Amino acid sequence: MDTRQLALKIRRHAILMTNRGRSSHIGSILSMADIMAVLYGQVLRKRPDNPNWPERDRFILSKGHAGAGVYAALAETGYFPVDWLPRHCAQGSKLCGHVSHIGIPGVELSTGSLGHGLSVGAGMAYAGKLDKKDYRVFVLLGDGECDEGSNWEAILFAAHHRLANLIAIVDYNKIQSLGPVAETLELEPFADKWLSFGWRVREVDGHDHDQLAASLDIRSEIGSSPFCVIAHTIKGKGVSFMENTVLWHYRSPQAEEFEAALREVEDPIIA
Amino acid sequence: MDIARQDKRVMLLTGDLGFKVLTPFAATFPDQFLNVGVAEQNMTGVATGLALEGKIVFTYSIGNFPTLRCLEQIRNDVCYHNANVKIVCIGGGFCYGPLGISHHATEDLAIMRVLPQMQVMAPGDLTETRLVTRMAYETHGPCYLRLGRGGEPDIHLKPIHFSWGQGIPLFPQGDVALLSTGGILINAVRAREMLENQGISASLHSLPFLQPLDMGLLEELARTSRLVVTIEEHSIIGGLGGAVAEVLAEFLGPKAPLVRLGLREGFSCEVGDQEYLREIYGLSPGAIVRRVKEVLSIIQPEAKNNGVSD
Repeated sequence: MDTRQLALKIRRHAILMTNRGRSSHIGSILSMADIMAVLYGQVLRKRPDNPNWPERDRFILSKGHAGAGVYAALAETGYFPVDWLPRHCAQGSKLCGHVSHIGIPGVELSTGSLGHGLSVGAGMAYAGKLDKKDYRVFVLLGDGECDEGSNWEAILFAAHHRLANLIAIVDYNKIQSLGPVAETLELEPFADKWLSFGWRVREVDGHDHDQLAASLDIRSEIGSSPFCVIAHTIKGKGVSFMENTVLWHYRSPQAEEFEAALREVEDPIIA
Repeated sequence: MDIARQDKRVMLLTGDLGFKVLTPFAATFPDQFLNVGVAEQNMTGVATGLALEGKIVFTYSIGNFPTLRCLEQIRNDVCYHNANVKIVCIGGGFCYGPLGISHHATEDLAIMRVLPQMQVMAPGDLTETRLVTRMAYETHGPCYLRLGRGGEPDIHLKPIHFSWGQGIPLFPQGDVALLSTGGILINAVRAREMLENQGISASLHSLPFLQPLDMGLLEELARTSRLVVTIEEHSIIGGLGGAVAEVLAEFLGPKAPLVRLGLREGFSCEVGDQEYLREIYGLSPGAIVRRVKEVLSIIQPEAKNNGVSD
């Protein structure tokens, strides 16, 4: 699958979903759209027609507020019909704003409160190692989310148990809920922190599909450390007036802004 | 240990507590044991991940650590995913008396009971503990087991049989219905004996299950007794007393009044051992008897008007 095409579709769906659902977090979804596209279009071992296939790679979105991005990736890769997506956040819909597994094929874990995904992913990875299964567990975190102490408990745990089948990806767009990360609670030197906790780390351009694929599609030797990919991203990536702004963490695209955003992610195939 | 030997899916996770108690388990089943360190949030998240991969996971710690410290992981991760995680608390109530309020688990039952999917158990002695632990293992989904500290007296001297959610009759007949949950059962037994010696007949049931609650038993006792008394080493809000109050409030027939015995208000900030604190907070056998007689003296004249049978 063409991951660039998929990324464009995810962006377009996300704008439509947050518009119709009058929901937030479009900036966070656009920020991770390329990561999702590379994972679902190329990296993850998966069988959309059998979402519980035991050999599948597990993916957990720990920054659950970007749930629309997961729903879009799942729908576009065949887990459920694309025509479910417009019902995001609608009355009686199954697609709630923060990603939820109930009734949605392919969602491994419901999240929404930050700092939960990495521990659960570490548990899945521990079970995989114990049972000598060769699935991998990918957990996508936000940067603001790394303020949560529970993550650092999980980071200690995964390194201690050498969970080489666990891959953490940080969508490092440098903007959290109320302002820049650097002004809120500084994470730098960020890569050094992971390294000093015993992880292997690679920093990539989180919008460069070749870099993402090369760093994510790894299968580590048993006994080596867990792996962290710090993806440097731009919040709101792909819609010029949403890029690098705090505003679009919460704002839902409506009226002219919605039309303008859609024009920037034109895709003749799904238009 | 028997369960873990027979079923390799069973895992025991501890938050760095259980010195000596867990050592035999860790030595016998190294692949089924995991000390996650002093990190209860991660312990509960990891337990969820393991359970979603088919393990039956027991998390173990003391007092409020396996519950309140990681409450949201229990709610969002364990309960919402109906993960097969059994949370074990050692030291319910005032077991760690002199250590102070950080170590008094006096709201845990209320908080666990309100969570969707969570099954809540507080056995009254070792026999009940053995039985409910096996039941929790055999029942898929989240469970909370609130235990004592070990070394409590055995109360059931004969084999007992009860099924999921059922109360256990120790003395089925009596005017006053005593209901006890958890390790305070010993004091309920003694209080009942004192009441009988003073000419007040009292039934006594142990309720090892707070969720599901034995609704049939409660309605029957409310209908046939003069007074229903709940006894728990816990806040009177939300635990056994709270649960029984909720059931009886919706019970439409004539019913006996309810007295809730337990921690009434404020923190248990007195210093002393478990027995001392039970006395201070009105849970010694003598204090239970005093309170029952006090309430009986108020309600007795009106008993017939309320339609409560003799």
